[in-house]
Amino acid sequence: MKRLINLQPGKPLGFVLGLLPFVVVVLVYMAASAARLADNPNDPLLPSLAAMVDNFQRLATEENRRTGDIVLWLDTQASLYRLGLGVLISALLGLAVGMVNGMLPYARHSFSPFVAVLSMIPPLAVLPVLFIAFGVGELSKVVLIVFGTAPFIMRDLQQRVEELPREQFTKAQTLGASSWQIALRVVLPQVLPRLLDAVRLSLGAAWLFLIASEAIAATEGLGYRIFLVRRYLDMETILPYVLWITLLAFLFDLMLRLASRLLFPWYQSGRSR
Amino acid sequence: MTRQHRRFSPTRLFGALLALTLIVASPAPAQERESFRIAWSIYVGWMPWSYGDQEGIVQKWADKYDIDIELVQINDYIESINLYTAGSFDGVTVTNMDALAIPAAGGVDTTALIVGDFSNGNDGIVLKGSSDLAAIEGRRVHLVELSVSHYLLARGLESVGLRERDLRVVNTADADLVAAFASRDVQAAVAWNPQLNEIRRQPGANVVFDSSQIPGEIMDLLVVNSETLQAHPELGKALAGAWYEIMGVMSGDDTAGERAREHMAEAAGTDLAGFQTQLDSTHMFYSASEAADFAASDQPRTTMERVRRFAFENGLFGERARSADFVGIEFADGSVLGSEQNVRLRFTDRYMRMAADGEL
Repeated sequence: MKRLINLQPGKPLGFVLGLLPFVVVVLVYMAASAARLADNPNDPLLPSLAAMVDNFQRLATEENRRTGDIVLWLDTQASLYRLGLGVLISALLGLAVGMVNGMLPYARHSFSPFVAVLSMIPPLAVLPVLFIAFGVGELSKVVLIVFGTAPFIMRDLQQRVEELPREQFTKAQTLGASSWQIALRVVLPQVLPRLLDAVRLSLGAAWLFLIASEAIAATEGLGYRIFLVRRYLDMETILPYVLWITLLAFLFDLMLRLASRLLFPWYQSGRSR
Repeated sequence: MTRQHRRFSPTRLFGALLALTLIVASPAPAQERESFRIAWSIYVGWMPWSYGDQEGIVQKWADKYDIDIELVQINDYIESINLYTAGSFDGVTVTNMDALAIPAAGGVDTTALIVGDFSNGNDGIVLKGSSDLAAIEGRRVHLVELSVSHYLLARGLESVGLRERDLRVVNTADADLVAAFASRDVQAAVAWNPQLNEIRRQPGANVVFDSSQIPGEIMDLLVVNSETLQAHPELGKALAGAWYEIMGVMSGDDTAGERAREHMAEAAGTDLAGFQTQLDSTHMFYSASEAADFAASDQPRTTMERVRRFAFENGLFGERARSADFVGIEFADGSVLGSEQNVRLRFTDRYMRMAADGEL
């Protein structure tokens, strides 16, 4: 008899198996929702799928009664702007600090422990400080995301630089390269795909801090909407928003993965076989 | 296999664990008392529940009517209402506006059992650098959107002929209002206590409008599920009995009263002086007959008319509602505001009156 660890599903079966947990979750939800709605047709806790689809459509196409905005796009635009800016700044900071710390011993001795300590501070705990220092507008939200993700990327990239074979440095030096040239021609091309990896890994944290910052003070945004309608338990809005955020996060991740494959084919081929 | 090994076999361990789980999970059949769970959160008008729970007053009244009442403190006010609406609790402490917007609009038939107090300065609009409410025009105003603060702002704007579109509302978590107000780019805020007292102390801050200018409109209630109350009126009697016993103790000028207030202050995370300032801007109904008279008066009706209009205009009833008449609100005299087929919020003076008449 074949051992369990050697049993392989075929391609179609594999696809069905992957789908199965989703189907189970949806079915369980539908059953629970139907049971609660039978009890109380106005129950806000577990709205029916049809009601959620309806409501999502309304949010995506109709103007809000109070403000005249189409809230879904307004929220998505605001959130993606904050997230994109925060992640971009984090990536640039991470790249710069990571490379400098990884390459220059003087820099490593001065900043590496500092970055390590910085990355241990829970960003939400210093929120009142961020408010007073950066105000409560867009800036403090972006700063929160940067604060939450940049130290991780810095430390990760520093390690990646340190992992590069020392022989490359020696070789470049024998060919007469300066520190600056080694940074640009040897280190940078090799750490860029690793930067994309680090950014992908920190996206989860970036979303977390985005939602948290919007919950605290905002006039629009995906997190703002969720925390606002939570005040009257409007699950018809919250659940579709959660799915929407999940989809956006998935697409963001996919985009980075594709970019990495497209821009650095050598990196992928060297890794996966 | 030795004895020792057999004793620790996984099957036996599993069996023992299963048996233990069943013992713990199954309710003891000996006690057949009905038990009820009430959620409360920290606010000056609800701190008496903390004292009554700790001193056994609630327990005493529950025993008198042969029921069990469990008071559970929930750290997040909105979460406590959501839990009640979802059915995890039989009652909750809530303001009149949130009672309408969350459980009642969510289809949970809810009765306002006790009107504990109304805000008489506990909520206020604060501006930096001006003592005139009209100066709020064009500013970014930080507040908890769709809360009683938002309602207070709407009422304040009405009084000076402004509308919400004349300014910009920024949703700000209540816990972060104080820190946010310290920031230079925040020029206006609406808050409740204890945050309001912190904010008004900051340099340049002026309270330009507060709830004492709209007395009786922001009420702090204890609500219970109407069906539960119908089936078990003894729950209402026990809660009302306990509440007015606590009121009797805490309103006293004697040492017992001071001790009660000290306990409440400590449980609320402040000191006696701080708690007293909050009490001063709260109109407590220490006497049951005063509370019953208030509940039976015209005031709840005029207030709820304003509140439901505000709730509808701000989308608090969700998209299902085509008009403010979507939910029915019943008053002590039996009259109904809004849909008679969908009465989901009920004001009654019944249990407070019983307490006033000494029938409990």
